Amino acid sequence: MRVGKWLDIGPVEQIEPGTARTLPVEGGEELAVFRTMRGDIFTIVNKCPHKQGPLSQGIVHGNVVACPLHNWNISLETGRALGGDDGCVPTIPTKVEGGRIFLLREAVLNPQVPADEAPKAAA
Amino acid sequence: MNVTVAPDMKGTTGVLSRGRKLVVIGNGMAGCRAVEEILSRDGTRFDVTIFGAEPRVNYNRIMLSPVLAGEKTFEEIVINGQDWYDDNHIQLVSGDPVVGIDRQQKHVITRSGRIENYDTLLIATGSDPFIIPVPGKDLDGVVTFRDLDDVDKMLTAAEKGGSAVVIGGGLLGLEAAHGLSLRGMDVTVVHLMPTLMERQLDEAAGYLLKHELESRNQTILTSANTKEIVGKDGKVSAVLLEDGTVIPADIVVMAAGIRPATGLAKEAGLDVERGILVDDHMVTSDPDILAVGECVQHRGLCYGLVAPLWDMCRSLADYATDTPSGYGGSVTSTKLKVSGIDLFSAGDFTSGEDCEDIVMRDASRGIYKRVVVKDNRIVGAVLYGDTADGNWYFDLLKKEEDISDIREALIFGQAFASGGASLDPNAAVAALSDDAEICGCNGVSKGQVVACISGGAHSLDTVRSGCKASASCGSCTGLVESLLALTLGEDAVESGPKTMCKCTSFTHDDVRARIVEKELKEIPQVMQELHWTTPDGCSSCRPALNYYLLCAWPGEYVDDQKSRFVNERLHANIQKDGTYSVVPRMWGGVTTPGELRAIADAADKYQARLVKVTGGQRIDLFGIKKEDLPGIWADLNAAGMVSGHAYGKSLRTVKTCVGSEWCRFGTQDSTGLGIKVERMTWGSWMPHKFKIAVSGCPRNCAEATIKDFGVVCVDSGYELHVGGNGGIHVRATDLLCKVETEAEAMEHCAAFIQLYREDARYLERTAPWIERKGLDWLKEALFSDPNTVKELARRFRYSQRFSQDDPWAQRAGGDRADLHSHLAEVRPLQIVSEVA
Ligand SMILES: Cc1cc2nc3c(=O)[nH]c(=O)nc-3n(C[C@H](O)[C@H](O)[C@H](O)COP(=O)(O)OP(=O)(O)OC[C@H]3O[C@@H](n4cnc5c(N)ncnc54)[C@H](O)[C@@H]3O)c2cc1C
Ligand code: SF4
Ligand code: FES
Repeated sequence: MRVGKWLDIGPVEQIEPGTARTLPVEGGEELAVFRTMRGDIFTIVNKCPHKQGPLSQGIVHGNVVACPLHNWNISLETGRALGGDDGCVPTIPTKVEGGRIFLLREAVLNPQVPADEAPKAAA
Repeated sequence: MNVTVAPDMKGTTGVLSRGRKLVVIGNGMAGCRAVEEILSRDGTRFDVTIFGAEPRVNYNRIMLSPVLAGEKTFEEIVINGQDWYDDNHIQLVSGDPVVGIDRQQKHVITRSGRIENYDTLLIATGSDPFIIPVPGKDLDGVVTFRDLDDVDKMLTAAEKGGSAVVIGGGLLGLEAAHGLSLRGMDVTVVHLMPTLMERQLDEAAGYLLKHELESRNQTILTSANTKEIVGKDGKVSAVLLEDGTVIPADIVVMAAGIRPATGLAKEAGLDVERGILVDDHMVTSDPDILAVGECVQHRGLCYGLVAPLWDMCRSLADYATDTPSGYGGSVTSTKLKVSGIDLFSAGDFTSGEDCEDIVMRDASRGIYKRVVVKDNRIVGAVLYGDTADGNWYFDLLKKEEDISDIREALIFGQAFASGGASLDPNAAVAALSDDAEICGCNGVSKGQVVACISGGAHSLDTVRSGCKASASCGSCTGLVESLLALTLGEDAVESGPKTMCKCTSFTHDDVRARIVEKELKEIPQVMQELHWTTPDGCSSCRPALNYYLLCAWPGEYVDDQKSRFVNERLHANIQKDGTYSVVPRMWGGVTTPGELRAIADAADKYQARLVKVTGGQRIDLFGIKKEDLPGIWADLNAAGMVSGHAYGKSLRTVKTCVGSEWCRFGTQDSTGLGIKVERMTWGSWMPHKFKIAVSGCPRNCAEATIKDFGVVCVDSGYELHVGGNGGIHVRATDLLCKVETEAEAMEHCAAFIQLYREDARYLERTAPWIERKGLDWLKEALFSDPNTVKELARRFRYSQRFSQDDPWAQRAGGDRADLHSHLAEVRPLQIVSEVA
C-alpha cells in the first residue's frame, strides 16, 4: 500500500453499488469514485482517454466502466482502456476503513497515469 | 509495518528460550491451535497459561452454525476438552478476560484482578461482531453470532417462535438465518448490498442463492438499509428500513461483519491499523508479544476464515521453537454451511483487466459455474449447485498452475479435463453414440441432430428449427456446434442470424420469446435460464434485457437503473463535453408566453450556453451541468412543464401543424389530435426513439410521412402512415390504413406502438423493423383478426399506467439526489463533504 496522507471523503453508503459519484478538485482534475456491485471502491480521473467523456456516468460491469460517449471500456483497477482501444486514465489509490473512503492526497492533487504497477483498492 | 527485530535475526537471538512463561490471551481457535503447534514441536519449552473470556473449553467456532441448526451438540464441537489442558500442564483461566497488558512489567491483568507474568505473550483475541450504529442497537433482543452464548440466546428466542430479522446477508448472517428458520422462526434477511455474500459471490450466483432461500420460506431483502431497530418496553419489536418498510421482529441478529479485536493491543501501545500488525513470524511491534488469528493484520490483510489461521499458527510455532519458516499470506475459499446448498467461491472474480470468464450454466439442474482465468492461470472461481470441482480449481489457483492445456475442458471439471485423450470437445462429441442425448429439454439424440444436419441444416439456427435441439434453454449449444463442425467440417458451418451479443447464442427474437414463454422476470433469471456465457452480461445486452422485461411485465418488473444508459438514468441528453441538454415537453408543439418566460428564466439562471429550437418543435437548452439538473427541472415543473423525454428510447415528440383551427387548407384539428396523442403516449419506453406527427392536410407541413407514426388528415378522416425516418437513410412512411374518426386514429396509434414495442428488437427503429418484417406482415398482424387492434391498444394503455410519471418531478423533489450531486469537493487541502 502506498504511504502518505489520506483524505477522508465520507461514508461508502453515499455511492450506490454499481454506480459512481464525482469529486471536483479545486485547481485539479475532477475525480470519479466508483463502487462496484461487489462493493469495492475505485477512484479514477473522470475523463475518458478517448474524448474526455465523463466516465462517472457510464455503465459499470465487474471492475470495468463503459464510457457513456462512445462505449470504450476502461478498467477501474488500472485506468487502462480495454479491448482494442489504447489509452489510460490516472487512478487514485483508494482505501476503505471503518466504512469510510480515503484517497491518497498526493494523488488527488496530482493524479498520474500509473506505471505498470497498478494500485488496487483495499478490501 | 513497524517491527523492531529484523527477520533474519529472529530465532537466533534467543528471544524465546526454554522453560519460559507463555501467556495466551484468547482461548479460541487460533490461540489453542498455536499452543498445539508449539507443543507438537517442543513440549517442554514453555509453561503455558491461557486466558479465555468465554467460560468454557476450546471449541470449533465454525460449527456453531450446525449447533444453531440442531445438527450438532456443543459436546460434539469441542476441540480440546479439559483433559487436554491437564495432560499438557496448561493452565486455563476461563470466564475471566484480560483487561490490560503491562509491557514494562511484562504481565497481564484480568477483570478479577489476577496478574500473570509472561516472558512471551500471545494475543489471539479474534474479532468482535460489528454492530451497525442505528438507534435501537442496544435493545434487549438484539444479538450477535460469535460464541456459544449467542447461540443460546437465539435458541431461547426460537423456542417461542415468532419472527427473526438477520441484518447482513453474508456467510454468518445466512447461516444464522438458516438455523433460525429450521428452528421454526419466520426469518427475514436484510442485506445492504444488491447481491447476497457479495464478497464471495457474483450477481448470477447470488441470484440463485436468493431464490433457493426464498423457496425455503425465508424473506430476503437486498439493497435494504436498516434505519432503526424499533423497541417496545426496552425489547426489540421491529426493524425499520430506510424505505419505510417495517418488519416485525422478536429477535434481531446483527451479522453485518466483524472487526479485529485490537483494543488490548492498542491500549498497550502496539502498532495497530485495522488489525494488530505482525510480521511473517506473527511478531508484533513488541518482540516479546506475538499475535495470531483474526485479530492480526499481515501484509495489509485481515482474515475472517480459519484456513489462514492454521498457516499462521504453523509459522508462529516454527518461530517460537527457533526454526523460523515465515508466513507468506493465504488465498482463501468459502463454502456456505447450509444443508442442501452447494456453493463455493475462491479468489478474485471481478472481471478485470485481461481476465477471461469461462461460464457454464445448467438451468435445469440449477447449476452455475464460473472460472476466471488471467494469463493462463485461474485467479478465481464461483460455483453454485455443483461444487464437486471446487477444491480442484482452488488447488490450481493456489499453485498458479498453467491451465492452457486443459483450457477447453476446464469448466467441465477435473474428471473431464484429466480424461486425457479427448480434450478437444469435438473429439469428445465424436465419441458419443448415436442415441446419446444431446438436448435434454427436447429429448433429441445425437443421431437425430446429425440427420437434421445431413438433411440440409447447416447453421445452429436451422438445426434449432429443424429438430429442436438447443432450441429451448441453449445449454447444449456447444454440443450442437461441435456436431455441425464434425458433420460438415468447420468451414462449411453457416453462421445463423446474429445473436443478441457475445454473451448468448440466442437472437433478440429468441430471447424475447423465451422471456414470455418461460415467464422470466428478472435479468439474472434470464441469464441463468438461457445459459448466458458471461456472469452478468455486458453493456449491450443489459439495456436490451431491461427493456424486454419492462415491456413483457408492465407494473411487475422493476426497472434496473444500472442497466440503462446515462441519458435514461439522468433524464437528459449527455453532450460531448459531459454537460446535458434539457428539453421540456411542449404538448403537440404548443407553448404559451408563460412557459416561454419560464424557459428563458431557466436558461439565464442555469447559464444555458445555447438555446435551440429542435426539429420536433421543442426548445432545447444546452450546456446544463449535472448538478443543476434537479434545479432547472424544479423551475420548469413549477411553470407546469414536464420532461420531454428527448433523451430516451421512448416517445419523443408529437409534431403538429396548426390545422383546421387556423389554416385555410386544414381539414381536421391536427393540433388538438396531436396533443391528445402526445398525452396518451408520453413516457412510454420503446425499442428505440419514436416520433409522431399530425398534419392537417396532405400538404403535410408537420412532415408526418417521415415519422414513425404519422397522421395526415383528409376531409373524410385520417390517413395513418408508419415506418418513416429522417436520419442517415431517409425513409418515407408506408400507408397503413385510413380511419374515419379521431378515436380510431388514437386506437390505431396505440396498437401500432404496442406491436412495435412487443415485436421489434431493442435499438431497431420502426423503419428497419418494417423493412425486415414487410408491410404485408404488419397489416396481417394488425388487421387479420378484428380484435387485435383493440387488444394491442388495451395492452398499451395498461402499460402506460406505470410509465406516465414525470421523472423530472421525482428528481426535482429530491429523489436520487446522489445522481446529481458531487460526493464531496476537494479544496486545496481540505475536504468539504456534502450531507448525503
Ligand atoms: C458462526 C460462525 C461460523 C463460521 N463459519 C466459518 C466457516 O465455515 N469457515 C471458516 O473458515 N470460518 C468460519 N468462521 C470464522 C472462524 O470461526 C474464525 O475465523 C475463527 O474462529 C477465528 O479464530 P480466532 O482464534 O482468531 O478467534 P476466536 O475463535 O473468536 O477466538 C478468540 C477468543 O478470544 C477470546 N477473547 C477475546 N478477548 C479476550 C480477552 N480480553 N481476554 C480473554 N479472552 C479473550 C474470545 O472470547 C474468543 O473465545 C465462522 C465464525 C462464526 C462465528
Ligand atoms: S398541413 Fe395542411 S393544414 Fe396543416 S398547416 Fe400545412 S397546409 Fe395547413
Ligand atoms: S470519450 Fe469515452 S469513449 Fe469516447
